[in-house]
Amino acid sequence: MPVEVLEDGRKRIRAPLSDEDVRLLSAGDVVLVSGAVYAARDAAHKRLIELLDAGRELPFDPVGQIVYYVGPTPERPGRPIGSAGPTTASRMDPYTPRLLEVGLKGIIGKGGRGPSVRRALEAHTAVYMAALGGGGALAALQIRAQRVIAFEELGPEAVRELEIEDLPVWVVDDCRGRDLYAEAIRPWRRNELLPEGLRIGEGS
Amino acid sequence: MAPVREVDAAEITEAVRALVAEINYRVPPEMVAAVRRARERERSALGRQVLDLLLRNQELAAEGIYPYCQDTGSTVVFVDLGQDVHVVGAGLQEAVDEGVRRGTREAYLRSSIVADPLFARRNTGDNTPAFLHVRIVPGDRVRIQVDAKGGGSENKSRHAMLRPADGVEGVKAFVLKAVAEAGPDACPPGIVGVGVGGNFEVVAELAKRALLRDVGAPNPDPEVARLEAELLERCNALGIGPQSLGGTQTVLAVHVETMPTHIASLPVAVNIECHAHRTGTRVI
Repeated sequence: MPVEVLEDGRKRIRAPLSDEDVRLLSAGDVVLVSGAVYAARDAAHKRLIELLDAGRELPFDPVGQIVYYVGPTPERPGRPIGSAGPTTASRMDPYTPRLLEVGLKGIIGKGGRGPSVRRALEAHTAVYMAALGGGGALAALQIRAQRVIAFEELGPEAVRELEIEDLPVWVVDDCRGRDLYAEAIRPWRRNELLPEGLRIGEGS
Repeated sequence: MAPVREVDAAEITEAVRALVAEINYRVPPEMVAAVRRARERERSALGRQVLDLLLRNQELAAEGIYPYCQDTGSTVVFVDLGQDVHVVGAGLQEAVDEGVRRGTREAYLRSSIVADPLFARRNTGDNTPAFLHVRIVPGDRVRIQVDAKGGGSENKSRHAMLRPADGVEGVKAFVLKAVAEAGPDACPPGIVGVGVGGNFEVVAELAKRALLRDVGAPNPDPEVARLEAELLERCNALGIGPQSLGGTQTVLAVHVETMPTHIASLPVAVNIECHAHRTGTRVI
């Protein structure tokens, strides 16, 4: 089952995900990601889009899959991987809608997404999730195996297939247009201490 | 006349190697203390959970297998070179880069530097070159401070030439806006280094030097220290919280450094550091 609801309310997911699976995920959910995900970040994204533009196949079939924005440290002998936390997602904003068009269903990164990506997540029924930013050592413990599948010359930016087990993430932007960060910050903002332009929630 | 002290470049290489290898696994003790303090102060339950995870990440990294963060940074190296020192055996940049190269390889760190920013963006494969800042100072010592600076928070740093009329309120507004816009992307909670004064190129370095002060140590000037305290409270009023999941602990410390400037100018730079604050110092 691609989406499994655990007793404590957390959800475990495993690609490939269908539209129906994605609809079960809402902003704020704590999700444990297991199974295969594809590691790709800046330089790899540029090349993936170049392949699509040239009408060529991607190094992996994106339909229903999850991409993890990560460039790990080199693995020590006997370990499957080095530190492997998420990188800033907004840098991939220029590329993301195109990958969602060809069937990508899930993204793991950290930080906010721009309006074009949030609209594309709604349009293509996909989900953006954040792992613990800067928690690279902890993330490494959830990764069982890695295999470079494309662009090896990019070093840490090569595309990898990762086998992961229960990597904890938060759903940030769901397929209904909800954004966790906006909702989470609002109750804690103390407008009285902030200049105009940084106050939120007044009548909006 | 003071005698000239010869320092072998190999000693500098060794100091940089050791620092690079160490700081990526052990964050400074005052950073551990700062995250613990934030854990005590955070009023959001989810925020406290996140801070517990960060403390676990610190402990796990300190075991020496996995670096604290997969972005083991660009290597920023500050050298205070005593003017009575003569470095022999290699150029200073060469000696520092060799230390970065060895530390990166031996400690299984990531190579995160591309040789040219615009065209091929080919990875140099050994995390060199370091970004080296040298000051010539009195004496016969070489003080080397290394900072492993993450790209995510660096990208959220901001720089402006304000008008003198904007004054201290303009600086405050600029800092708050920078922290607000960094939001979740800069992996809060972190440190905010602020430089004020100098000129266009100097103020950015001043902001970076501000980051490298002991976490939370106030500026010795009481007026600047009061500004730091106010900015800390107001940054935390943004409500961003740990990992931007909402809360009272967005920033662990605000460090402000000032210096003289032109009558026409009020330069300000905000250098943002994530919770992966990795720095260390050696003196030769």
